[in-house]
Amino acid sequence: MKTNVDEYLDDNINNIYNLKADVDSEKYFGLTKEIIENISKEKNEPSWVLDIRLKALELYDKLEDPTWGPDISYFDINKIATYIKHNVNEERSWDDVPEDIKLIFDKLGIPEAEKKSLAGVGAQFDSEVVYHNLTEKLKEQGVIYLNFDQAIKEYPELVKKYFTKAVPLTDHKYIALHYALFSGGSFVYIPKGIKLDLPLQSYFRLNEKGAGQFEHTLIVVDDDASMEFIEGCSAPGYNDLNLHAGCVELFVGKNAYLKFSTIENWSRNMLNLNTKKCYVEENGKIEWIMGSFGSKVSMLYPLSVLNGKNSKCEFTALSFAGKGQNLDTGLKVVHNAPNTSTIVNSKSISKDGGICTFRSNVLVKKQATNSNMTLSCESLMLDSISRSDTIPVNTLENNDLTFSHEASIGKISDKAIYYLMTRGLSEIEAKALIVQGFAEPISKSFPVEYAVEMNRLINLELEGTIG
Amino acid sequence: MKEILEIKNIYTIAEDDNSKEILKELNLSINYGEVHVIMGPNGSGKSTLANTCFKSPKYIITNGNIIFDGEDITDKSTDYIAKKGMFMSFQSPEEIPGVTIASFLKTIRSSQTDLRVNMMEFYKEINEKMQSLDMKKEYAQRELNVGLSGGEKKKNEILQMLMINPKLAILDETDSGLDVDAIKIVSKGINLFKNENNAVLIITHNTKLLENINVDKVHILVNGKIVKSGDRSLADEIQKKGYAEYLNNEN
Repeated sequence: MKTNVDEYLDDNINNIYNLKADVDSEKYFGLTKEIIENISKEKNEPSWVLDIRLKALELYDKLEDPTWGPDISYFDINKIATYIKHNVNEERSWDDVPEDIKLIFDKLGIPEAEKKSLAGVGAQFDSEVVYHNLTEKLKEQGVIYLNFDQAIKEYPELVKKYFTKAVPLTDHKYIALHYALFSGGSFVYIPKGIKLDLPLQSYFRLNEKGAGQFEHTLIVVDDDASMEFIEGCSAPGYNDLNLHAGCVELFVGKNAYLKFSTIENWSRNMLNLNTKKCYVEENGKIEWIMGSFGSKVSMLYPLSVLNGKNSKCEFTALSFAGKGQNLDTGLKVVHNAPNTSTIVNSKSISKDGGICTFRSNVLVKKQATNSNMTLSCESLMLDSISRSDTIPVNTLENNDLTFSHEASIGKISDKAIYYLMTRGLSEIEAKALIVQGFAEPISKSFPVEYAVEMNRLINLELEGTIG
Repeated sequence: MKEILEIKNIYTIAEDDNSKEILKELNLSINYGEVHVIMGPNGSGKSTLANTCFKSPKYIITNGNIIFDGEDITDKSTDYIAKKGMFMSFQSPEEIPGVTIASFLKTIRSSQTDLRVNMMEFYKEINEKMQSLDMKKEYAQRELNVGLSGGEKKKNEILQMLMINPKLAILDETDSGLDVDAIKIVSKGINLFKNENNAVLIITHNTKLLENINVDKVHILVNGKIVKSGDRSLADEIQKKGYAEYLNNEN
């Protein structure tokens, strides 16, 4: 399938990611009580939301940076535009979205994909959502897909029931920061028994220099329901540090299914400190698909809590770290009930001194008998200055379980490169083909447009034309 | 007659061991339309010769020149030489996981031409060529050399040769480890490929592969040097008597 993105990429991929819109905006820098009160006022929020923000601010000031993982001590909240108000409204039609902003989403192929293969789309530009739409048919079935700020106003009871329940304010310093500043994101509710044929997609675009993005995504897939959600993220490159401290809270009901795909291509000045958690009830299944290409530093370890009998977690991830990138990713899973299972398939590629670290933290509780964990982590290094680590931590509180963990780290084979070159491929083409083949078992799980885009990102990465 | 390959006084050392020359004072000339055979005992430099022609990073040419299709390629890169029309069938081809044979052949085809590959015609061509090599259609969807048997790998090399349609095909021990039927299919593939505008250099241990092929010249390679050249009867003689006579000469 040839997509809009695809055609555009043929001509000029670099420019998509580097496009910047010139939009009137009002910015707040740093983090003070006054700023938070202002944000809350701008959003015209109920007081219980402001209370959460202020409590989070207190926690942020108290909590320390993590003592492990990549060094982020250079981070200074006062240099981050913590809230950016563009003078634009959220629209239901792309025609009403300001031209400059629409152009960027056009180039990213979002409106085109919406027509062809999506049931609903949300598009966030810096702090606020500029477009949100869902098909009429799904609205009639009771499906809710709204920008998060809107959902607070329209469905306060439903939001309250779940908001902060998967990821508490106290989790870590940057989640406290998130709750103090959260803005935009999506709220999804799929009622009992409703199965979506097409995915919903939210695209998060960061535009301003020095900007922070703090979107909150909350998805509830009620019993016997199923859906696929895709989130895409990108930003143009700047010299100043940008920050992404989003939060994703997912609730998968009994016999329900949620596929949550993320393709992240932040620019190389991005500090990506994202938090994701999912609760899965009896017979439910969460499937995570994660593609991490961008950012300067990423720290992201989605947690799945397998709360009900026979609940399942499947986790498929691909990271590609180039020059100056430190991608510290992985997953956490808690087996809380019998017959629960986890399947992990992770691959990472590092080049030009890039660092990929994969942390897995598996906790199997006493009651989680007859459970099954299969983890496989493979790393490919394209040169001898790059780094790749796999760090498993497993806590198994019962003996009645099946556990396997395979990890392999390898360097790209010179013999294989030579073999391909004798067929007329250049060294870069040969490496790209090997890397694409290595990534193939993962990329085939991606939505098709993203799989194509991913192969192009790999090619570009090897040609060294971005970053 | 026009030469397609001319190796002039080549000396080669290994990239990681410069103490000893693997090829020395080697001269070889192949014309368009010819089939040449190189025979020699283990360690005589047969594979080194093939890889030297292709400028493998494992070998360094310390002296001499290689002229291919009228151009001195001694300082050219592997992919340049391939694009110019040289092909080599590997003794043990590398596994490339996650890349299907079909998509690999398509990648090669795209790199050969500036035109867009017509997928319908392309698949038709693959199917025809696979059929002629007694390969099942499904093989096109297998990962390149991953989990293929020795025979399947060799057929896959010949399939690539037919799809690429080079000017010169060097077949490095393509017959080794193959049963009689597989050898027949390989020689069938060579005959399908061969015409007046290309040439084949077969590196082999035994003469079974040569039974159905018109051989123009046979060369005996011992200790990195061609010690004798002759017509096909030389191959038969080697098959009977072995290399003892030439080994003695050398020492």
